Amino acid sequence: MIQPDTWVEIEQTILNAGERAPQVPEDTAKTPLWLKAKGWLLAPGSLGAQVEIVSATGRILRGRLVAVNPSYQHGFGRPVPELLPVGRELRALLEENNGQ
Amino acid sequence: MDNSYQAVMSRKVEIMKQAVGFDYGRFEQSRLAFDYEAMMAATGFGLAEVRSVQGQTGVGQTPMLELRNITCLARKLAPPGYGARILLKDEASNPSGSFKARRAAISVYQAKQMGYQGVVAATSGNYGAAVASQAAMRGLKCIVVQEVFDSQGVGQPEILEKGRACEAYGAEVLQLSVGPELFYVFLRMLEETGYFNASLYTPYGIAGIESLGAEIAEQTLSIARRLPDVVVVTHAGGGNITGTARGLRKSGAVDTQIVAASVDLSGLHMASDQDFNRKSFTTGHTGFGVPFATWPDRSDVPRNAARPLRYMDRYVTVTQGEVFYATEMLAQLEGLERGPAGNTSLAAAFVLAQSLPKEQVIVVQETEYTGAGKHPAAQLTCARDQGIEIRRGDPRDSLAGRSIIIPEHPRLMGVRDCHLNDLRASYIRNALKSVEVAELSRADVDFLLADSRADLDLLTTIATQNGVRIAASEE
Repeated sequence: MIQPDTWVEIEQTILNAGERAPQVPEDTAKTPLWLKAKGWLLAPGSLGAQVEIVSATGRILRGRLVAVNPSYQHGFGRPVPELLPVGRELRALLEENNGQ
Repeated sequence: MDNSYQAVMSRKVEIMKQAVGFDYGRFEQSRLAFDYEAMMAATGFGLAEVRSVQGQTGVGQTPMLELRNITCLARKLAPPGYGARILLKDEASNPSGSFKARRAAISVYQAKQMGYQGVVAATSGNYGAAVASQAAMRGLKCIVVQEVFDSQGVGQPEILEKGRACEAYGAEVLQLSVGPELFYVFLRMLEETGYFNASLYTPYGIAGIESLGAEIAEQTLSIARRLPDVVVVTHAGGGNITGTARGLRKSGAVDTQIVAASVDLSGLHMASDQDFNRKSFTTGHTGFGVPFATWPDRSDVPRNAARPLRYMDRYVTVTQGEVFYATEMLAQLEGLERGPAGNTSLAAAFVLAQSLPKEQVIVVQETEYTGAGKHPAAQLTCARDQGIEIRRGDPRDSLAGRSIIIPEHPRLMGVRDCHLNDLRASYIRNALKSVEVAELSRADVDFLLADSRADLDLLTTIATQNGVRIAASEE
């Protein structure tokens, strides 16, 4: 059981597949529109259960608990072999025929 | 209250009216025409007021840097006597790391003046962090609604970082899967909270960018003893080019050529779940640049204050690979590590400089902050994981969503012109479609000519093709 006041992430389904706006492309129309939001858990809850949270602005949001103390997963990726030599190449071009 | 999609969308006009606190109706001249300059003037924000408000929160007065090594490289590739001096406006020095702080500064100030308790913005870009940062400074609450994930839950690294930045400034961030119904969630937030709609496209937001144009004119004069010959602006929703050009003109730079530059993402559908993560730029691209030029009033306010066709003298596109290459060039030759999307205008300026005489000055109008996610390595890693081919070669061979080609040599960088008359024709067709009239009044004609900068022949041709007459002249 996850304790109240824990920083968590919830997910809400906003529109089911089939209820999407008429202008969305076919591939998108086949998927639901969902939303993720973070906040502090209001009452004890467990992963996957419907819970309530208080958001950063103080709103109460309801949704399925999907993560506890959610972390940022984005980073700098892997080194890109196609970009690694660019600096050296450009500096060499800059130094070519210098002084002319 | 009925909060179904249809019910909320049908309350759109009312919700917007409450949330913007600006009466657009009084500028309407006909079903088609409105008085744009009167609308801009009605904000009460002239250049002096904009600068004063921005000064209160440390926005603006960013450095203008001369790119000596990149200029030198451009001259090596250019014919003798050619290769304009390249200056760069380092907008990453703003409090939230991009020029968007200028827009947010005025919107949030206005929200506070009008007594709103908070602000809401629908944006997946740098504007979210800008609004969140300004709201923190002014003591207002802030909600940012973002389009982040495809249906598999894979997020664009660039947008994940922008969401993190918003949260760092204390904002509540609502992160959605792909789809235009983000607007529905945005409307619900405005209705539920009663907060201000800090839209990118209000006259306040656009007035906030005018200071950028003014600073470019002043700093170029101070560094180069002349006004800029060309200013290159990364173009997406149209606000950047509109506000910058207005500020340049107000500062006497009336002959400066304004060039819009976007990353070419043609062929990718912006609302498609499958295409969402096949694009490696989430802003500054043609997926916004073309639709917002050809129909500005698709935005989240009744009348968009960003009217890019009024101000662009030329519109060029560059490829994703060229922008990543220019980003590497800026870091390695000039010692400035900045976010990739903002370097769209740098990639174009490097090419354009080579066709301008040495004495001339070309200004790259912005940079943006870089960091985890908002970085060539992060964005190219995401692309590679999506199955996109990345290789060295000639960028002209690349196909958005399938391949990204990092130029083998700087001489392979180029710009492709997006013909303004095609955009103007498309704008006029969209305008005619929006009202379905049989005849255009003189006021309609004057408005369409000013808003698109088409000539009367082009307007007449398109009107005739669409079965619309033009009212006889009074003379």
